[in-house]
Amino acid sequence: MSTTTTATTTKLWGGGKSPFDVEYGKLMMWYFLMSDALTFGAFLISYGTIRFSTNGWPDPNKVFKSYPFAAEGVNAPLVFVSIMTFILIVSSVTMVLAVQAGKEMKKKAVAINLILTIIGGIAFLSCQAWEWNHLHSEGAWWGMNPFLNADGSASSTNFTNYFFTITGFHGFHVLSGVVINIVMLIMTLTDQFEKRGHYLMIEKAGLYWHFVDLVWVFVFTCFYLI
Amino acid sequence: MSHTATHEDHSAEVKKEVTKVTIILSVLTVIELALGFYMMGIEAAGTRLLIKGTIVILMLAKAFYIVAYFMHLKHEVKNLIMTVCVPLCIFFWFITAFLIDGNSFRNLRNTYDPHFKEQSTIKVEKKEVEHKEAKEEKVEKKEGLQLDAPRTAD
Repeated sequence: MSTTTTATTTKLWGGGKSPFDVEYGKLMMWYFLMSDALTFGAFLISYGTIRFSTNGWPDPNKVFKSYPFAAEGVNAPLVFVSIMTFILIVSSVTMVLAVQAGKEMKKKAVAINLILTIIGGIAFLSCQAWEWNHLHSEGAWWGMNPFLNADGSASSTNFTNYFFTITGFHGFHVLSGVVINIVMLIMTLTDQFEKRGHYLMIEKAGLYWHFVDLVWVFVFTCFYLI
Repeated sequence: MSHTATHEDHSAEVKKEVTKVTIILSVLTVIELALGFYMMGIEAAGTRLLIKGTIVILMLAKAFYIVAYFMHLKHEVKNLIMTVCVPLCIFFWFITAFLIDGNSFRNLRNTYDPHFKEQSTIKVEKKEVEHKEAKEEKVEKKEGLQLDAPRTAD
């Protein structure tokens, strides 16, 4: 009897200090982000596999060449998407500042930086909404591809299907991130974190927000640059 | 007193790091975009592949800076770094295997499926033409109706 108890106690981790030295929620956020990375990875690798198995593919510079309030036949590839990329990088920076302000227990700085992050997120979503609307007006949608391959041959709908699915999935993540940040802002303004004595929740929201930025780095490269 | 002083020192240090990483990310993005613009005028497949490879390396560098500094992973305990990074090594196999598979499928089809090969070499007119024709037909039909109208009145 006594030997079995000692056997089980030696097999289990005895508690005390966490081997990862982070709180439970943050560790679980890291695990969630790992699984999400695999989901996005699977999407992008599927896109790559199909692209590698096809002879022709549309030229992104001829597809994404317009921006809001531009003239009809404008040819400005990469311009609008670089603005979107910088919006997301800047919103990531304000999120880092919000997390840092939270560590220093500065409520006002947390609130200001969270508001800036939310504005950045909404700006990015607006840009994406405009781009989707613009492409749709050109006849592109799931199952519809008006763009020819770069070499002038007929294209399949793979290009638009992957584009709308993957940017849509990313956009949905941005939307969730904005909602999470708004919740964090409300909790900050109603002094919930002050009462708890720490702003650890902001750090978890921050991890998610940076992950969204990280995914955009990959989506931006895979769809617009190469 | 001394505690608050170190606290502020640390804060200044973090701000410095954030500024540094922001500049690095912006510069890397600008280089990526410059390569993207440069690639537009290039036809040679080999050079294009080289530029694309460079862009991918820059992309990985950006990812490293975001994860290491913005997500703070570099300053975490080594156990946590390993727990997060080691499982993601599956991507080495994942990317290599699937891209090779896609490439092999294309080669097989080009060799054994003449229809596939032929379809991808035929140049087609822009698809908008179909769209216009459809519109013109509609207009003709409308005119036809208008012409018909007085005839039925007679």
